[in-house]
Amino acid sequence: MAESDGGSGLNIHPMDQFVVKPLFGGDVVHWYTITNVTLWMALTVAAVSAVLVLGSRKRALVPSYSQSVAELLYGFVHKMVQDVAGKEGVKYFPYIMTLFTFILGANLLALIPTSFSTTSHIAVTAVLALAVFITVTAIGFIKHGAGFLGLFWVSSAPLALRPVLAVIELISYFVRPLSHSIRLAGNLMAGHAVLKVFAGFAGVLGVGAVVPIAAIAAIYGLEVLVAVIQAYVFTILTCVYLNDALHPSH
Amino acid sequence: MAEPTAGAEAAPGMPQLDFSTFPNQIFWLIVTLVVIYVVLTKIALPRIGGALEDRHDAIANDLEQAATLKRRAEEAEEAYNAALAQARADAQKIAADTKAEIQTEVDAATAKADAEIAAKAAESEARINEIRASAMEAVEQVANETAAAVVEAILPGAVDDDALKSAVTAALKG
Repeated sequence: MAESDGGSGLNIHPMDQFVVKPLFGGDVVHWYTITNVTLWMALTVAAVSAVLVLGSRKRALVPSYSQSVAELLYGFVHKMVQDVAGKEGVKYFPYIMTLFTFILGANLLALIPTSFSTTSHIAVTAVLALAVFITVTAIGFIKHGAGFLGLFWVSSAPLALRPVLAVIELISYFVRPLSHSIRLAGNLMAGHAVLKVFAGFAGVLGVGAVVPIAAIAAIYGLEVLVAVIQAYVFTILTCVYLNDALHPSH
Repeated sequence: MAEPTAGAEAAPGMPQLDFSTFPNQIFWLIVTLVVIYVVLTKIALPRIGGALEDRHDAIANDLEQAATLKRRAEEAEEAYNAALAQARADAQKIAADTKAEIQTEVDAATAKADAEIAAKAAESEARINEIRASAMEAVEQVANETAAAVVEAILPGAVDDDALKSAVTAALKG
């Protein structure tokens, strides 16, 4: 990852790793162009399929190691959906599992040096967050009709305060997709950029590179944690929003 | 990684805000999500869910079977205890019966023996009495004869049999 032009002075481009490039020549990125985005998303699909499909191949009563991993992931998300969104939420478990496995797979694959982190892009996380936002809002109105608006009418507060709270609730509701998407993209982007900056230091420091390399090792460990935690946070917030849609009364 | 295109593009800063790549990313994201969703719902999730359910059922089955076996063992123990108690009661009854039977036999034998002894004793007493009576008679006769001989020797011809007899009798009784 370390690259500096001839070692003369700092020449770090921490954001270069996020550039979307066509894989097979050409400079123009059309919507259908096969880019590094395509490659790393395909690898994410492959990784998710490998863990969940190959892991569950045997359906053994006593699970093998790989089957245990698949069952652990399944049980983890299933329990999360059930605990947070309730029994009615279990119906949406496959969608939430899709979100979780995609984000987790993409986050972890992005930690491979020289890889491309798809989930560090606002375009990707915004689509995910908007999909959640629109779906959850639609579910709320379909299930409860106008009653879904009760979500914004805090009936436990004094009557005089309620209109004020309604405005605040409404704003916070519409800010959700923004925070939902920027949290994920921001965490990923910042972590990877920091790694790149330290790698750039290591490139010019000579023997002193031991210090930034040690820092890279430490931050890398942190980034593994962040990758898993951000996938978890994104998923559990989805469950929380789903719960609001299913049970809008305060 | 440092390519000419990157240098030209990265100049403004974040590639994340390069809107010209948005359609590309969004298109491939949707493709990816659809593929993952299909793989999960058609293959992975039913399999894993099925395996988990199978295991749950198997464990529940085993527990149930264990409970049944335990219940059966308890029943067997109960039956064993009942049989033991029955056998003990039977044994006690037989012992008591036998004891009573022997007791009646012993009683009967004792009574019979007592009766025999009593009969023999009575017989013996009768004989003794007889012997005693005959002995008394003999003694009286001897006394009479002796008295008569004595009187004859002292006063010849003055023997009065009746007087002699009553005198001897009185003397014998005295």
